[in-house]
Amino acid sequence: MKVSHHLDQSTIVSYASGTLDEALSAVVACHIAWCSECRQAVRHAEIAGGVMLDELAPAKLSATCLDEIMARLDDESIEIEPSRTNHGDDGSISGVPRPLAKMIGGRALDEVEWRKVGSGVWFHDLPVSEGAKGKLRLMKIAAGKAMPEHSHGGMELTLVLRGAYRDAIGHFGIGDIADLDETIGHKPVVTPDEPCICLVATEAPTRFKSLVGRIMQPIVGI
Amino acid sequence: MAGLLGRVAEARDKQAFSELFTHYGPRLKSFMLRKGSPTEEAEDLVQETMIAVWRKAHLYASDKGSVTTWVYTVARNLRIDRYRRNGAVHLTGLDDYDEAADDTPSDDVVNRSQEDSLVRAALAELPGEQSEILRLSYIQDMPQSEIAEKLNIPLGTVKSRMRLAYRRMRRGLEDLA
Ligand SMILES: [Zn+2]
Repeated sequence: MKVSHHLDQSTIVSYASGTLDEALSAVVACHIAWCSECRQAVRHAEIAGGVMLDELAPAKLSATCLDEIMARLDDESIEIEPSRTNHGDDGSISGVPRPLAKMIGGRALDEVEWRKVGSGVWFHDLPVSEGAKGKLRLMKIAAGKAMPEHSHGGMELTLVLRGAYRDAIGHFGIGDIADLDETIGHKPVVTPDEPCICLVATEAPTRFKSLVGRIMQPIVGI
Repeated sequence: MAGLLGRVAEARDKQAFSELFTHYGPRLKSFMLRKGSPTEEAEDLVQETMIAVWRKAHLYASDKGSVTTWVYTVARNLRIDRYRRNGAVHLTGLDDYDEAADDTPSDDVVNRSQEDSLVRAALAELPGEQSEILRLSYIQDMPQSEIAEKLNIPLGTVKSRMRLAYRRMRRGLEDLA
């Protein structure tokens, strides 16, 4: 897959360190399922994690720790994981990256329940744990439709799954990710040929700049 | 380490496994404690991680990275799994990297084993303010916003220091290419 817009390196580091919010992590996982460049970057950032783990001063374990583990290894419930067959599947055929496929139960994007939240705008919310700060959802925007200009209270990650949109940053097609921090405002316009479906994680409520946007906000609930 | 893990994968060799435990167990406990787990939970997570190493040993692919990197990802994911719904869905392990066909063919394994020492060297030479950010992120388990608050610096500064640190590691690795 040809990807033109990638993850910010600080997002890569936070993801690899396991400190990126759950909703944001989900979008990262979906992007790297499709993007070998960012996948490689995550792998590099994980080497740093291993090195730092290795350099930690060892802590004393309880005297029985190893015995307890050894006893558990003989337990029948400890099963050896089946070998994985090479998936050879980058998700581009079905249009659903593998981590997302698990979240929507293997359904196609057209099969999820779309909730209409405004003219030409549909959402499908995805569950995250209670402690997560961010929201995770699929968004479907009609062809040619402009979203109100908004900036973010926190980070926002948008992965294009189908169709395309354009904003001041550029053209975003399938596999592209917009990695925006709270300082960037944008006004996406979906390209006229087909609706755009994105996987979006927002860390905090998105703030619309225009009055119309602010009125729309409670309705849309972005 | 790859030799020991290989013996676990191929022969379910408990002697090799206990040698892996001797090296990684105490470091994993230290890791979990610093991330904020109470002693009992830290030890429990060490057990879970080592049992996962036993169960998944044959999934480790030396052309994807070192055993240490792999153990790190296993431990990180297990800990996150405790706190998040779908935790495992949202995080990849080293063994997930086989999913795309468009990756460049893996470099030879010798190169992979050199990566750790190159990154170690790059980390050792980072300016203090960059290595501090990495330590808070990887070891102390702090999100970017918490780091900004703790150090009383703007979030943008946290991000830019992370990028700088990352680029230095990356440059260190380019020596291999
Ligand atoms: Zn990318």
